[in-house]
Amino acid sequence: MSALTIDIFLFTLLALTAIAIARLRNLFAITMLASIFSLLAAGLFVNLDAVDVAFTEAAVGGGISTVLMLGALALTTREEKRSSRATWPALLLCAVTGAGLVYGTLDMPAFDSPDAPIHGHVAPDYIARAKAETGVPNIVTAVLASYRGYDTLGETTVIFSAAVAVLLLLGFKRREGGEE
Amino acid sequence: MSHHLVLRVVANLLLPFILVFALYVQWHGDYGPGGGFQAGVVFAAGLILYALVYGVDALKKVIPARTSIVLMSAGVLIYAGTGLASLFLGHDFLDYSGLTADPVHAQERGILIVELGVGIAVAGAMIAIFTAFAGRTPEIEDRDW
Repeated sequence: MSALTIDIFLFTLLALTAIAIARLRNLFAITMLASIFSLLAAGLFVNLDAVDVAFTEAAVGGGISTVLMLGALALTTREEKRSSRATWPALLLCAVTGAGLVYGTLDMPAFDSPDAPIHGHVAPDYIARAKAETGVPNIVTAVLASYRGYDTLGETTVIFSAAVAVLLLLGFKRREGGEE
Repeated sequence: MSHHLVLRVVANLLLPFILVFALYVQWHGDYGPGGGFQAGVVFAAGLILYALVYGVDALKKVIPARTSIVLMSAGVLIYAGTGLASLFLGHDFLDYSGLTADPVHAQERGILIVELGVGIAVAGAMIAIFTAFAGRTPEIEDRDW
């Protein structure tokens, strides 16, 4: 089975999961489907040779965020309220936006094309220099932690700030029997 | 969830492997896929699995809420501190060349340290967020779902 067949198979499952999420009303089922969605996405990333991203997607999307959604769900109701408003404007908006995005992809270089602009910019430079300059065989790590160290410091600070914001909103509430 | 025998046995079986795998991803990030962020989330996911099976209070005995805050701050400080250290050694901010005598080896060393910072910060932040959420949620019975 070629990589393309696997891609198409996984994308079909992703689309089916998304449709199921949109149609369901039970929030517990939706949370579980969102977790499956992340797992399928992680599979796609592995197939696209983006193992780092697959890792993150499986651990964060499939694991931690699902648990956090369940935690939030336990504080609220299990069923989504039916909206009384008409849904066709939303459908129209989605269709137009989707069509616009598909139209945008027409200009993109073909999948797997070696002439794609992204391969002609700084990537060859990094590939040529990274091993000699940093001694790290994994170029992704060398770029993230050394060449683009500023960006990664910023990302780490963002995660830190997000956690601080959540803690300010929720706090560590004492629970009966708990020590803190 | 203490009465779920199968869940508990499977979690016991998986936990050490998840945590060791997180450490592997952390220290092997120079050679294979992964790095600090991935290691941090995998480690946190392992501890959250522990909390799901044994309860949040059991997790708090391993990592108290305060410790997770200290960890996530320490991670960011390790990263920024490495930048400051390279500044004081006469190089640009986050240019690790001065950390050891050999500039190439210094890059490797610097990358290892900042990745450790990222890993600690991410694991601490994820555990802090989970503990905050779980502390709000009353324990619920299986049939309530």
